Amino acid sequence: MMKPIFNIIPLFVAIPLAGAFLISLFGRRIKKLPDALGVLIALGLCGLSIWSVRLSNAYTTINYSVGSWIPPIGIGMVLDGLSTFMLVVVNLVAFCITIYSVNYMEKFTAKWKFYTLFFLMLAGMNGVIVTGDMFNLFVFLEIGAVASYALVAFGTERHELEAAFKYAIMGTVGSLFVLLGIALLYGYTSTLNMADMAAVLIEKGTGNIILMVSILFLMGFGLKAALVPFHAWLPDAHPSAPAPISAMLSGVLIKSLGVYALCRIFYNVIGLSPAISSILLVLGTISMVVGGLLALGQWDLKRLLAYSSISQIGYIVLGLGLATPLGILGGLFHLFNHSIFKSLLFLNSGAVEYATGTRDLQKMGGLMQKMPLTGATALSGSMAIAGIPPFSGFWSKLIIIIAAVEAQRYGYAFWAVLISILTLAMYMKVMKYAFFGNLKETLIGIKEVPRFMKLSMAVLAVICIVGGILFISAINEVFLQKASNVLLGGVR
Amino acid sequence: MKVYMLCLALFSLGLYCILRKRNIIKIIVGVIIAEYAVNLFFILTAYRMQGRSPIFSEDAEILNMVDPLPHALVLTAIVIGLATTALLIAIAMRIYEKYGTFDITKIRELRG
Repeated sequence: MMKPIFNIIPLFVAIPLAGAFLISLFGRRIKKLPDALGVLIALGLCGLSIWSVRLSNAYTTINYSVGSWIPPIGIGMVLDGLSTFMLVVVNLVAFCITIYSVNYMEKFTAKWKFYTLFFLMLAGMNGVIVTGDMFNLFVFLEIGAVASYALVAFGTERHELEAAFKYAIMGTVGSLFVLLGIALLYGYTSTLNMADMAAVLIEKGTGNIILMVSILFLMGFGLKAALVPFHAWLPDAHPSAPAPISAMLSGVLIKSLGVYALCRIFYNVIGLSPAISSILLVLGTISMVVGGLLALGQWDLKRLLAYSSISQIGYIVLGLGLATPLGILGGLFHLFNHSIFKSLLFLNSGAVEYATGTRDLQKMGGLMQKMPLTGATALSGSMAIAGIPPFSGFWSKLIIIIAAVEAQRYGYAFWAVLISILTLAMYMKVMKYAFFGNLKETLIGIKEVPRFMKLSMAVLAVICIVGGILFISAINEVFLQKASNVLLGGVR
Repeated sequence: MKVYMLCLALFSLGLYCILRKRNIIKIIVGVIIAEYAVNLFFILTAYRMQGRSPIFSEDAEILNMVDPLPHALVLTAIVIGLATTALLIAIAMRIYEKYGTFDITKIRELRG
């Protein structure tokens, strides 16, 4: 029974695709169109995703069959608690970043190309989130990934090209592992629909082939999520992209293409066995520690942020890998918070680069006097990521640590606490060298950034400060709890 | 079984190329080889011993048909592979313009 209202699901893919098409068609001739249309589309998607929270609460799970084929045969799109949660995260961040790009991308010549690629990437991410079909997941994964390779190379300077090539090769190999995994799964279950596949797997049982498939997916999606043995591309690719894209990549791309897809398959299709759970725990902890230690030694602001992303992804995977109700809740909550404050911090780094022309922390100093809003928002982002009490990051880290203690994984809890202190240290370094202290002679003439950039940073900073309200029971029940219940259903 | 092993060998060859070669173009060729190995494997899962083509007609009995779905999927995968390869080659051309070499050991300015 398909209600007309269910037709909104394909819109999450169709709107950004249509936007990309229109901007590439008319954007070159009409100068103002890319900005106006871009902001409008992003606002529409953001509103639609927030509205879909209400929808998924009213109906629990909504299915849409593309081309009206009956579910196991055609491509299905599914909107449940987890996908609405991810849609809100992705589209909210994308909206703030589009506003920011209006001013920031002025210094690049081809703005319409930027928006075209941006919306292709967004279509890929939204597609990965709403799809209920295994091969369709691969297709959307590749749309998002190919657009992101091109966006990393957007500046077409030496470093951008080098980083983009490295990222593209590693990303393609990751995708090949995913495709091989899907081929093996299809051969074993003879179906591509995720729900159907899960049912078949329960009936047929899991053997060696599922072990092989799990390892392939772990490598493929682990590469997309930049978990530590597969992280080498991230610290090159994320700093090389233009700031809005760095924010998009670190904020949501590694989460929707990596962590979300990994969780969806391991929890809801294959079913989370204790072995996979402990692999996730170990990978999460290693990412947390290695990313944190490497970040501490960086002097390039964006590179430091990129390494810190690896470390925070470790927290998320650690929380999800605990496979207890509290752990999954904490992991998802941290995913939401991290996408907000990491995109904020990358936008701040973009603003600093826009005003001063450098990313080297040693060449900055005293920027707070000249750029008060950038400084203040960077401070709130840093406090949130370091886990200072009233800010959002504190609550999510606290929940993960409590969950680890409750599950009697004391070692993991210890590392989580230790890296939290390390995170504080590295953001103290950023604030001290960049924003506090004496103003450098060379930086006397700098000005605060234009108004759209300010607006977008301010919005994200406010979400950082009040992020803790997600945990108020009324909001928690309709938003976070629903998402974690979906994952919890798959724990064996 | 032999064909699956050959597929695996082709895939390993592609991975070897990606990991060991220094020339950017050879790395791209490695990616293409690995991609084709995966596509080949996917097609092979569709094969049935002495199967016939999956065309449905009035009098035909539905027995021992080759699975048509992987063919459609692999077609999509090939198109995606084309897009990736085109992008990789475009980036490689730009790299040659900037660095004047295809040797990856000389293109290493990002580290740390």
